[in-house]
Amino acid sequence: MTDDKKKSQDMKETLDDLNTRVSAAREANKPKEARGLNEATAYGIATRLVAELVAGIVVGVLIGWYLDQLFDTKPWLMIIMVMLGAAAGITNVMRASKQLAPKDTNDKDDDK
Amino acid sequence: MASPLDQFTVIKWADIEVAGYDISFTNSSAAMVASVALVALFVTMGMRKNALVPGRWQSSVEMCYEFVAKMLGDTAGPDGRKYFPFIFSLFMFVLFANLIGMLPWLHPFTFTSHIAVTFAMAAFVFVGVTLIGFITHGFKFLGFFVPHGAPWYLLLILVPIEIISYLSRPISLSVRLFANMVAGHTMLKVFGGFVVSLSALGAAGVVGAFFPLAFIVALTGLELLVACLQAYVFAMLTCLYLNDALHMH
Repeated sequence: MTDDKKKSQDMKETLDDLNTRVSAAREANKPKEARGLNEATAYGIATRLVAELVAGIVVGVLIGWYLDQLFDTKPWLMIIMVMLGAAAGITNVMRASKQLAPKDTNDKDDDK
Repeated sequence: MASPLDQFTVIKWADIEVAGYDISFTNSSAAMVASVALVALFVTMGMRKNALVPGRWQSSVEMCYEFVAKMLGDTAGPDGRKYFPFIFSLFMFVLFANLIGMLPWLHPFTFTSHIAVTFAMAAFVFVGVTLIGFITHGFKFLGFFVPHGAPWYLLLILVPIEIISYLSRPISLSVRLFANMVAGHTMLKVFGGFVVSLSALGAAGVVGAFFPLAFIVALTGLELLVACLQAYVFAMLTCLYLNDALHMH
């Protein structure tokens, strides 16, 4: 009888122990996973923002260069278009970072 | 020693010419065929049993499906559902292309490291999304380029900026994938070259060669992450552009 009781007590203790260990392991896993994901997306965000900025300028240069060829106005249209392209690139970056921001700071998104 | 950029050379395997166009079968085409075949194999073989309780293979296919479905639902909303097959194919194609390029033996060709390939995909997305925009909104879609609430004299500057910003999308989409792949693979080959040239210097060199070797191991892990991440970013941005076309902000 006492032996049986002791056994069930032991069992309960082992189960409790297992429970605490499982939850501890879960806790330990969670933040690590989240951190890994954040670092991964940080790299993604960095490359994304750089590409957005560069692409705006590149498109500005290409359009300006083409229009200069067309109207024979070297180099004026290109200068203007590079400035507009840089502005477009910065607009791209601002929009991209707005999309990437957490949802609660995102409420001003609709006014572009 | 071979240049670290040799891995990007396109080699013709079979010369084919149709009506003056060179459409030879190259190592790049072979990698594309392999990528499509592997995606098809992965998905169809994984879903063959179609079990209620999925096995390992089936649940990895389901994970890919749910991942893309969630991404599309989060960014483009319920209207974007009908474009799911396209986004899923695009994601899996780019993902497998990047991962095939990471296989260490056989020297597989990473075709996403060519701007011609990535720009073709990005241009297809761009044209498709623009057409979807015009089909759903008609000529009102042009209002996308006019920021509301701005005075007319500012519109003279803002509208060209909006148009350039819109036109820059395929460039940023393609350059990002291409640049990441080229940079990563070149770096791996450069450090591989360090190992070879250091170990040619004798015993001390062989010991020293372990440092770049250890770095390659770490870099390979990073490159695997970049391969998945860039496939995700490519598909995610396609979803975002689709959302712009469907809902116009």
